[in-house]
Amino acid sequence: MPPTTNTGATRLPVEPVSDDTKDLAAFSCPLPLPARDRILLGHGSGGKLSAELLNDIFLPALGNPVLNRLEDQAIVSLNGTRLAMTTDSFVVKPLFFRGGDIGSLAVHGTINDLAMGGAEPLWLSAAFILEEGLPMETLRRVVISMHQAAANAGVPIVTGDTKVVEKGSADGLFINTTGIGRVRDGVSLSASQAQPGDAILVSGFLGDHGIAILAEREGLQFETRVQTDSAALHSLVARLLDATQEVRSLRDPTRGGLSSTLNEISAASNVGMELNETAIPVREEVRGACEMLGLDPMYVANEGKLVAVVAAPAAQAALQALREHPLGKDAAIIGHVTHDHPRMVVMRTSLGTTRIVDMLAGDQLPRIC
Amino acid sequence: MKYLDEYRDAKIARGLAAEVRRRSTRPWVLMEICGGQTHTLMRYGIDELLGNAVELVHGPGCPVCVTPLETIDRALSLAARRDVTLVSYGDMLRVPGSNTDLFHVKAEGGDVRVVYSPTDAVQLARSQPDRNVVFFAVGFETTAPAHAMAVLQAERLGLKNFTILASHVLVPPAIRTLLSSPRNRVQGFIAPGHVCTVVGMREYEDLVREFRVPIVVGGFEPVDLLEAIRMLVVQLEEGRAEVENQYVRSVQYEGNKPAQQAVARVFETADRKWRGIGPIPVSGLRIRDEYAAFDAERVFQLGCVCADEPAECISAEVLLGHKKPTDCTAFGTRCTPEKPLGAPMVSSEGACAAYYQYRRHAVAR
Repeated sequence: MPPTTNTGATRLPVEPVSDDTKDLAAFSCPLPLPARDRILLGHGSGGKLSAELLNDIFLPALGNPVLNRLEDQAIVSLNGTRLAMTTDSFVVKPLFFRGGDIGSLAVHGTINDLAMGGAEPLWLSAAFILEEGLPMETLRRVVISMHQAAANAGVPIVTGDTKVVEKGSADGLFINTTGIGRVRDGVSLSASQAQPGDAILVSGFLGDHGIAILAEREGLQFETRVQTDSAALHSLVARLLDATQEVRSLRDPTRGGLSSTLNEISAASNVGMELNETAIPVREEVRGACEMLGLDPMYVANEGKLVAVVAAPAAQAALQALREHPLGKDAAIIGHVTHDHPRMVVMRTSLGTTRIVDMLAGDQLPRIC
Repeated sequence: MKYLDEYRDAKIARGLAAEVRRRSTRPWVLMEICGGQTHTLMRYGIDELLGNAVELVHGPGCPVCVTPLETIDRALSLAARRDVTLVSYGDMLRVPGSNTDLFHVKAEGGDVRVVYSPTDAVQLARSQPDRNVVFFAVGFETTAPAHAMAVLQAERLGLKNFTILASHVLVPPAIRTLLSSPRNRVQGFIAPGHVCTVVGMREYEDLVREFRVPIVVGGFEPVDLLEAIRMLVVQLEEGRAEVENQYVRSVQYEGNKPAQQAVARVFETADRKWRGIGPIPVSGLRIRDEYAAFDAERVFQLGCVCADEPAECISAEVLLGHKKPTDCTAFGTRCTPEKPLGAPMVSSEGACAAYYQYRRHAVAR
């Protein structure tokens, strides 16, 4: 047979098909993929599929002016006091990992969602979905860890709930936490407030949490000293907001990592962003693990970092305020907001060229938080 | 990871790019074969550094992209069986078959697992003796040794529930096909370093002699690729056509003999269809009869399935380097990574995905 450069679809001779494949014989007509009629893991990724879910299912049914803001927390007014409210469910696998566990994560995650709205966290709730057969010791460890995390943060857990489902209906233990906080006077943060010229800051090394989780996963045997960065960020936020009034938006780059967070802000504010690759803090170990696993640290989850968009004149003061706090000592200015290429995040690479930092379509790693 | 930094050094990279621009008297058309290399070129914006000195076209070296549609459909039919656990590299999950993909089969209850190494699949088979574990073994010469080792390991362990659905393709026959095309514009090739680490450089000597085209074995970091591009441009400007090795830290002339022996024990060469390109003689590997018990196609009697590509997808033209992803009328509109028409938009190594992910802004300008 001569070498072929046939570029059309090539039909191989049809042979009798076994029972296993008879359904496939009908596939000879090219059909577009069916509409997404089922939930895929990617719908929980915080990326584009999650956004579709919001726009197609949740907002049409549940939308209202507070919810429609789509911030990490709802801000409502009660007798002149602005309250922040947020809720988050935790399904991380495994339950225990380097530097943390599902319990401390559930406390930190909800505190952080309040803090990103400029709120001082006041109360938390905790709801547990337990799988039949879960070792009591596991639950005890998780609950003690929650207590310690909440006590360290100074935010009490004031109500809760427990449900047990049959074996196989949940993976050990899921936790939901809800939080209420009081928004600081004069502070109004939103992903829609970024303006051209603003500086973009991160509070420290990116990707630690995702890599710490991956290191524990079955089948991925690699040695790393990387620990989760899971931490309550409200005192760091307080320090930042004390230092400057010019903070426009705060977000914690959890699922989907820095890239998802920046793409969300750039879309909500209808602005472009330009990042400087060499300024983005990533640990050697995290870079190495990402390299090995084919991941990009820009997409790897964090649980103790924040992204701040700050008016340019206040950028240095903001950076200094972050660096004065133990959780922000490795903070960096990583780029700026621009008029150009609205709704697109572009990175100046280490070689001085440019590339897009896109939102992920699917999921790099499911069940990371 | 420190050792990688020197291969990403901005100063060295810019120096190499400047040399390419200086030496190049005409815009040479160069092709990198491997999708991993395409990814690096796009991610680091190396096309931007080179200006008009070189036109980079992207080759068929994305295993996910060239795996035939009917092979994907076979994997999908296996994954849908209740007695089968289908184990795959992550990239394969989103590749559209004729009318679904592995993610959807998984959502509908199919047991689909992702692993980084085929030996993990062997371990899975060992720990689940009541399930048929099928490893979806795609790739070039690079992954073949690990897949062969998995089969040999399963044989040694006496596993009756482990098979592989193999779809291996070989690089040199693909280069031959490209060069034989009357529409070929490619004047020099960057051969994939990892493939040559396994098989060595000997086969490329024949291509160089027959077609008088320079081939440089290149690595995967920006400095590797720029150096390989420089070596190609120097050859072209001097009128030479030789096989040269840029990736000396990994590639030896003879390749890796034990890996070659493992592959030869389990596999034999065979004609193979490439998605988007068509059949290429002796361009793939098939499991030898002695190891038929580990061949999912034979064990599950998967017959021949016919399938057509969506008409609008120009993946064949892209994979052959005749067109760029951005020449496609559907690029970025009707074809995106979320709703791909063809495999090159799906895989992280696919040229269309690399353009979409990293270079969309440059296209828009």
